[in-house]
Amino acid sequence: MSVKKILTTPISYEQIRDLRIGDTVYLTGMLATCRDGGHGRVVRDGIFPEQFDFRDGAVFHAGPIVGKDENGRQYMVSIGPTTSRRMESVEAEFIEKTGVRLIIGKGGMMAKTAEACRKFGAIHCAFPGGCAVVAAQRVEEITGLEWPDLGMPEALWIMRVNEFGPLVVSVDTEGNNLFEQNKAVYREKMEEVLGAG
Amino acid sequence: MDIPAREKLVSAVAEMIALTAIHLSDDVDAALRRAAAAETNEAARTMYGCMLEDLELADRLNRPICQDTGVLQFFVEAGTGFPYLDEIKDALTEATARATAQTPLRPNVTEPLGEHNTGNNVGFGAPYIEYELVPGSTDLRIRLYMAGGGCSLPGRSKVLMPLEGTEGIKRFVCETVVEWGVNACPPLVLGIGIGTCAVTAAQLSKKALLRPIGTHSSDPKAAALEEEMKRDLDRIGIAPLGFGGDRSVLSVNIECAGRHPATLGVGITTGCWATRRGELLIHADLSCEILSHRRLMKGGR
Repeated sequence: MSVKKILTTPISYEQIRDLRIGDTVYLTGMLATCRDGGHGRVVRDGIFPEQFDFRDGAVFHAGPIVGKDENGRQYMVSIGPTTSRRMESVEAEFIEKTGVRLIIGKGGMMAKTAEACRKFGAIHCAFPGGCAVVAAQRVEEITGLEWPDLGMPEALWIMRVNEFGPLVVSVDTEGNNLFEQNKAVYREKMEEVLGAG
Repeated sequence: MDIPAREKLVSAVAEMIALTAIHLSDDVDAALRRAAAAETNEAARTMYGCMLEDLELADRLNRPICQDTGVLQFFVEAGTGFPYLDEIKDALTEATARATAQTPLRPNVTEPLGEHNTGNNVGFGAPYIEYELVPGSTDLRIRLYMAGGGCSLPGRSKVLMPLEGTEGIKRFVCETVVEWGVNACPPLVLGIGIGTCAVTAAQLSKKALLRPIGTHSSDPKAAALEEEMKRDLDRIGIAPLGFGGDRSVLSVNIECAGRHPATLGVGITTGCWATRRGELLIHADLSCEILSHRRLMKGGR
């Protein structure tokens, strides 16, 4: 039985250097959502959030449902990952500009992001898609909100998480790419299946 | 005192919306549990375990299974004798806003060409409503589909050359599933439409997706193709969640319509493992039944 591998923020390069695609890790510390709208702000507009430092940090491709409890405090109702590939066109630049170490999302990223992960020392991990209540249970507290003008899904929600996961490494610091490798296998099988028809 | 008809409609639909966000329909729930139980790959079993844990937590905490509760799409079959035809659109719109606040749902609806979020899932052309008239009926049947982002991304429609035939259809579907399906939270519920043009093929694919798992196309050739394609896609094995395992789909549903001899339109609509759809039947006296979640109704379970 292997020991549960837990990353803690701020995430040093040493924490992620030896992780390889397919490994499972968890995150404890600070995490911010950032998806299409947030990536646009950072990469296209050069605007950075005031309450969250991406450097050595972790971002989550996600747009949550946020509720208010009886004391008026905001809490995570459901927060699963969104399709990471939508951010492919800007993620490499995002990594370079921000110094982020851990990107969490759904499914994989493509070659440009994998190269940026290798070059700048970052990884992409996949959280099981759709398992949004499981994820919400790992959020201890919402500590901040930036860019609420983008609306609930696109705003940057800052939260403290405890053993957030499972996170499966999909791009590692060598630029290996789990989902692209899987897709090559699926394509091979597909040709077998179609050929057999 | 009588509750006005509009309020009865709104509260019935809002209840169905909440139920659909928090619980899978009977057919999807059963199909997912069958897939999970039959899976032999160890890592894949862990992922299915996570999905089933999510369903349990959603049920216990009364929260949406997935944070992406989609853009609400209603497919209405209105009996021409249903007494409140004039109320339908307003009732569905009001129910959408109410369920968004109460369930709560994620406010997704954003202006078509900008980034302003309306905050209540109501906006220009939203919720999306399609109507079909049913002559001789006094009932109103409302099907709800929560169109999530991830599972809407792979959707496409294309007109093939007729000589490409069944093999062409299979290649188009398989390539779409392999390239885009991995990100759409498989095992997928796959709707395929076959018709004359890109639009009718796409519409038929949505109709196919709305059909319960376990039912088959009334066209025998299409029904056979459903089985064949499910077998083929499962051999590719992209599920769960693109990590790989014993299958790719929960179901392949095909709907087709007589086509032009010179065209073979093929539409693809994908639903995720948490495909959320609801079905509500409202009678002329405004009594109603939720048909999609019978196991959760009184006397069920």
